Amino acid sequence: MDNSRRKFLKIAGISAVATVGAPAALNLLTGNAHASSGHGAPQAAAPAAHGAPAAHGEAPTGKRYGMVIDARKFHANPGLAEKCIEACHTNYNVPDFGNKKDEIKWLWKMPFANAFPEHSHYKKDHTVHSMDFLVTCNHCDKPPCVRACPTKATFKNKDGIVMMDFHRCIGCRFCMAACPYGARSFNWRDPRGSENGVPFIKKLNHDFPTRMRGVVEKCSFCALRLAEGKLPLCVEATGDTGAMFFGDLNDPHSDVSKVLQSKFTIQRKPALGTTPSVFYII
Amino acid sequence: MLEKALKGNVGYWAWILCLLGIMGVGVICYAVQFNYGLGATGMSRDVTWGIYISQFTFLVGVAAGGLMLVLPYYLHHYKDFGRITILGEFMAIAAVAMCLLFIMADLGQPMRALNVVFHPTPNSMLFYDMIVLNGYLFLNVVCGWVVLHSEYKGIKYPNWVKPLIYLSIPWAVSIHTVTAFLYCGLPGRHFWLTAILAPRFLASAFAAGPALLMVIALIMKQTTKFNVGRVAQDKLVTIIGYAAILNFFFLGCEIFVAYYSQIPGHMHTLDYLFFGLTDHATGEVYNNLVPFMRASVIMGFAGIALLFFSRSQKSDSMLAISCILIFVSFWIDKGLGLVLGGFVPNGMEQITEYIPTGIEIGVTAGIWATGFFIITVLYKIAISVKLENEKTA
Ligand code: SF4
Ligand code: SF4
Ligand code: SF4
Repeated sequence: MDNSRRKFLKIAGISAVATVGAPAALNLLTGNAHASSGHGAPQAAAPAAHGAPAAHGEAPTGKRYGMVIDARKFHANPGLAEKCIEACHTNYNVPDFGNKKDEIKWLWKMPFANAFPEHSHYKKDHTVHSMDFLVTCNHCDKPPCVRACPTKATFKNKDGIVMMDFHRCIGCRFCMAACPYGARSFNWRDPRGSENGVPFIKKLNHDFPTRMRGVVEKCSFCALRLAEGKLPLCVEATGDTGAMFFGDLNDPHSDVSKVLQSKFTIQRKPALGTTPSVFYII
Repeated sequence: MLEKALKGNVGYWAWILCLLGIMGVGVICYAVQFNYGLGATGMSRDVTWGIYISQFTFLVGVAAGGLMLVLPYYLHHYKDFGRITILGEFMAIAAVAMCLLFIMADLGQPMRALNVVFHPTPNSMLFYDMIVLNGYLFLNVVCGWVVLHSEYKGIKYPNWVKPLIYLSIPWAVSIHTVTAFLYCGLPGRHFWLTAILAPRFLASAFAAGPALLMVIALIMKQTTKFNVGRVAQDKLVTIIGYAAILNFFFLGCEIFVAYYSQIPGHMHTLDYLFFGLTDHATGEVYNNLVPFMRASVIMGFAGIALLFFSRSQKSDSMLAISCILIFVSFWIDKGLGLVLGGFVPNGMEQITEYIPTGIEIGVTAGIWATGFFIITVLYKIAISVKLENEKTA
């Protein structure tokens, strides 16, 4: 075999291996190799059109916690959203630095245009425009924050909850650039400190750890409470108003599934393929 | 060989002292930041990366740009690059060293940096970036040092470095590609989410890296007896010129896609960078990067024109000015606009501007000074060896 022919065969061989192996490698890279835990109802996987909301994944396996937020109920109950935020932030020792630059928040309110920037807000009715929407981490089924984290300090639990390990986080903030929902906050300063004698954490809850400076944090879906069989604090704070529902999206009989089956809901930025687990009734 | 760095004239020592001074300021500023936290910088919840990461991105390009000096000599046996190949490798060393320092300066928990190694995560692009950057540093240290040391001894370099030199060529491409992948794989950041990001990074790198080298070479021509030669200089003009033109072609492609498709997400950041963005809720206009970005485009085009003109005029001073223009233009484009612009507007279409603090600028200056310190020492050694060799030859 002459030299150039041998070279050609070698290259051809390598390319063949590369073409066959590339999709598999890509799958591994994006974490798609793991079965997606799917949406509420099992649906056949169909290739999504470009820009269209991602197709529903494979048949659901295991648990996937999710939440429904009824914005109309919050609108009808002024002060309720604040109550939820208060419940969350005081329990989890979320500091208040009193300025926007250092701000840390797990749960907050936003107008329609900001919470759903990809939905048209042109000529929407007055109620929608005057409503505020509670937003938090969506505990995405395909979380880009988890994909980006170089240390597995943010990771997805088997029950679908996207968790943080504050002791492993190196504070690179790659996950913050990756999250399309602004759900993550960084400890720019020491949250345990104080300014002019006023501590950043007004009332310390000794049952939950405070964070150190230089790490990222976000809503945990109250994973610790779920383990004790309790509802998330924000959901509990809504009492019997029916403003929030929580449960296993993969269990067709859970509260949250029943609401999803009977009401029209939307998710934030569905076109990005992150498949959020938080749904909204508008 | 190291002793060569310890002999120099007054000018050399004054320059070294000046760099050490700036490095000292950098250390003090970093100490402040370390004690207070990253809140000492201008970064915020909405703009989570600032000038540290943008300098890092730009400098990966400068490091990759060294390729344009190594490739012609080793792959095409272009003998006229014999004197500058080593300069390209040493520039890459300094640039990668700065990159690593900028990453460290940006970490919220720098003491835990090794977690990236302890908990390797193959789905994170930062994991690959760590591998390729450190690998490139290693390759350039080994290749550059061994080749120069052989020259110092008056022998040909050993054969075992050959494969490493060849490896360093695709590796240079990989560092900038992976760095582009840090950005262009993120959903919801429309400005970065473009397949042309890596090619654009490479084009600007292949212009900015050699442009910096050209400026240094021209300074050395004035202050030492070291001359890279007219032929090599003219060849570099071609490389810098075409790479710079390609960069603007790619930028033009971005602008076309955004404004012809009229998709708001694609237009917003470009609007912000070149025209300013209005917050519709408050009517306030945000435009603090506009003068820089416009200057960048003007300087880039002026630099390219002057570059080719200087060659026809055989004018070194014009050549130096054109290279500075191109370097600064691309520094603004990548070292400011690309990273900072990507965060405006944020994912909720809110606008937060970022202004670096004094502390941040101090740390940045300190790291740049460290880079120039490394370049100075390495180049001092390299040209001493080269000049001595030529005397005896
Ligand atoms: S909302 Fe953001 S932080 Fe939460 S899982 Fe999705 S990408 Fe991650
Ligand atoms: S900041 Fe922490 S959680 Fe976020 S990507 Fe970096 S290491 Fe992971
Ligand atoms: S689920 Fe828990 S952590 Fe998340 S917002 Fe509600 S209360 Fe806060």
